[in-house]
Amino acid sequence: MSKAIEKPKNVGKATVFINARVIDPASRRDEPGGLLVKDGLIADVGSHLRRNAPDGATVIDCKGHVLAPGLIDAQVFTGEPGYEHRETLKTASHAAAAGGITTIVVMPDTNPVIDQVALVDFIQRRARDNALVHVHTMAALTKGLKGEEMTEIGLLKRAGAIAFSNGKGSVANTRVMRNALNYAKDFNALVVHHTEDTYLSGSGAMNSGEVASRLGLPGTSKLAETIMLERDVRLVEMTGGRYHAATISCAESVDVVRNAKARKLPVTCGVSINHLTLNENDIGPYRTFLKVRPPLRREEDRVAMVKGLANGDIDIVVSSHDPQDADTKRRPFSEAADGANGLETLLSAALRLVHSGDITLAAMLKALTINPARLLGLHSGRISKGAVADLVLFDPGEPWVVNKDLLRSRSKNTPFDEAKMQGRVLRTMVAGETVYEYAGVERT
Amino acid sequence: MTSKSNANTLKNFPRRHLLTCEGLSAEEINFLLGLADKAADHIRRGGRKRDVLAGRTLINLFFESSTRTQASFEMAGKHLSADVMNMNVATSSVTKGETLIDTAVTLNAMRPDIIVVRHHAAGAVELLSQKVDCSVINAGDGAHQHPTQALLDALTIRRAKGRVAGLTVAICGDILHSRVARSNINVLNALGARVRLIAPSTLLPSSPERLGCEVFTDMWKGLEGADVVMMLRLQRERMDASYVPSSREFFHFFGLDHEKLARAKPDALVMHPGPMNRGVEIASTVADHSRSVIREQVEMGVAVRMAVLEALSAHLASFEEQAP
Repeated sequence: MSKAIEKPKNVGKATVFINARVIDPASRRDEPGGLLVKDGLIADVGSHLRRNAPDGATVIDCKGHVLAPGLIDAQVFTGEPGYEHRETLKTASHAAAAGGITTIVVMPDTNPVIDQVALVDFIQRRARDNALVHVHTMAALTKGLKGEEMTEIGLLKRAGAIAFSNGKGSVANTRVMRNALNYAKDFNALVVHHTEDTYLSGSGAMNSGEVASRLGLPGTSKLAETIMLERDVRLVEMTGGRYHAATISCAESVDVVRNAKARKLPVTCGVSINHLTLNENDIGPYRTFLKVRPPLRREEDRVAMVKGLANGDIDIVVSSHDPQDADTKRRPFSEAADGANGLETLLSAALRLVHSGDITLAAMLKALTINPARLLGLHSGRISKGAVADLVLFDPGEPWVVNKDLLRSRSKNTPFDEAKMQGRVLRTMVAGETVYEYAGVERT
Repeated sequence: MTSKSNANTLKNFPRRHLLTCEGLSAEEINFLLGLADKAADHIRRGGRKRDVLAGRTLINLFFESSTRTQASFEMAGKHLSADVMNMNVATSSVTKGETLIDTAVTLNAMRPDIIVVRHHAAGAVELLSQKVDCSVINAGDGAHQHPTQALLDALTIRRAKGRVAGLTVAICGDILHSRVARSNINVLNALGARVRLIAPSTLLPSSPERLGCEVFTDMWKGLEGADVVMMLRLQRERMDASYVPSSREFFHFFGLDHEKLARAKPDALVMHPGPMNRGVEIASTVADHSRSVIREQVEMGVAVRMAVLEALSAHLASFEEQAP
């Protein structure tokens, strides 16, 4: 279990949520009811609390809206340390809170790279002092993310690293990857991998195919993803290491993961909200805010992702929040940086798929709460007595329009700018403390 | 040496070469350890040279440098009155492109009696043995075997504990690249010890449990109740090849310190084939601790090599008697 520094619990206060639709995928609960929070923990939950509040408790009338476990976002790139002009742990945590996310897992792609015990410690202390939500960190799988030598996985895990990743880069050297998986197994450490054969993807700027041809942009074949994924699955078979493909993006990758799971291999995968809700056509007239890695694929691939999520082939959904400043995005498409802002829009974008009937609300929330909690060994992500009171209250029907200038993130590169959303976060609670509350009108 | 004593020797050690520990019976091993015991006592008493190998030629053919093993064989040979010749292969024609077989044929023409060979490639000693008429002793071939090391380890254990059978012996460290580990697994299993292997998965060979051992990747668990803790040397280049992240992490999880040693039995022996990397696989204070028998291992090395030379020399006499 991770030893990340926990937020101090809100001792002495009792808060009761009444008149809520309580949804908890972990216990398959979906019922009208209420929830009592005491000393930062969930003290009680059930239909008997639907209208009744204990004496002295602060009462929050949910007006029938959804009360669910706070979301856990397992892939967040921040700028701290090294690129604070893009994002800090503090600003990322504010954006997360506004998005109903109560736990973020930051990636090791910082400057310096999080590949040493002291840096894991630094992130934990900065988060404890500045962040509104729980912050965990993945540590680098290889020193300097160079893909050549593995890091001190045992010591880093002991220091609190929650998983090990090569960040935005893949480990091209198969021997190093084999050794890393083999070694990580001894510490029951999760290896999270961006699967991309960069020799094959080359300088590709978007998905290869007709749209790329028409736009005159260099394409990246999805084979670059599946070849690396297939290789990794073979290595998992050989070593027995726990492996998570960070964000897959095409139908073929879903097949690879499904087959691996059918063979009982310890393989899981995630998908970014961008790849679930957008496709290559959304790039339109070279909109660089939609330039992400892996690139947005064809509509058929997006549909395959959604199906994969609905039937459990895909385990978790992440925002893949990757703040980029204007300087790196305001460039010709092929030269612009990859990455999209995503913390604040994660839930609303996910609800698009629920409203369209492609996936149930419970299944979507499962991929945003209990599944990442289990994957990362966290006690949160569930509503049960004694669990930490990390909660989100949201109105799944509330319409709103995304305005990038109002985002709390320090960077504004959202692919959903001016997008119409249905469903928004009303309140976010972390360890019993309200860290975000929608005032009814958006701030200016 | 008389024909009568030869017959006894041949019966108990019916081999011409010592190339591997695989397939050695408990009887053969105990016979060699018995000879070695006597040799060790003889040396400790300050006994004079014996003439077992008088008039015999022993060639130390080391393709890989090893001061300790080479000196040990040289000492053993001289204790038995052999004419010992050390071949400095690094500067010989081998480096100029001569094949191993060419070297063997050339050496064979000089009619030595025993050749002691160390080579960096597994199987090289076996190949050489097929091309010569004399006895061959494997002094280490790649990651394959180092029979005299395993025998001297068994002798050290037997002298300290009075037995080998039934003891739990933990072999820890770089098992993957270790000829010492492979040889020891054979000898200890043959003698009835329970062998445990402790290493990170990256430093274990594939299917390690098939070698007849229990396998642990957690050293604290693996050392639980062990009678003997046998540490192996970790080459620095293993870090560069990404088998382990760093010497710091390796020492933390797989280095023998007092805290981990406390999991073993209170009277557990600490062993190491040397040379040691202090602070990498073993803490200095453990290496120098009263439980450490590392110096005894070196001492027993000479005795075991004398025993092996003596056992093989009996065959030399036998072949000569049978010759037309």
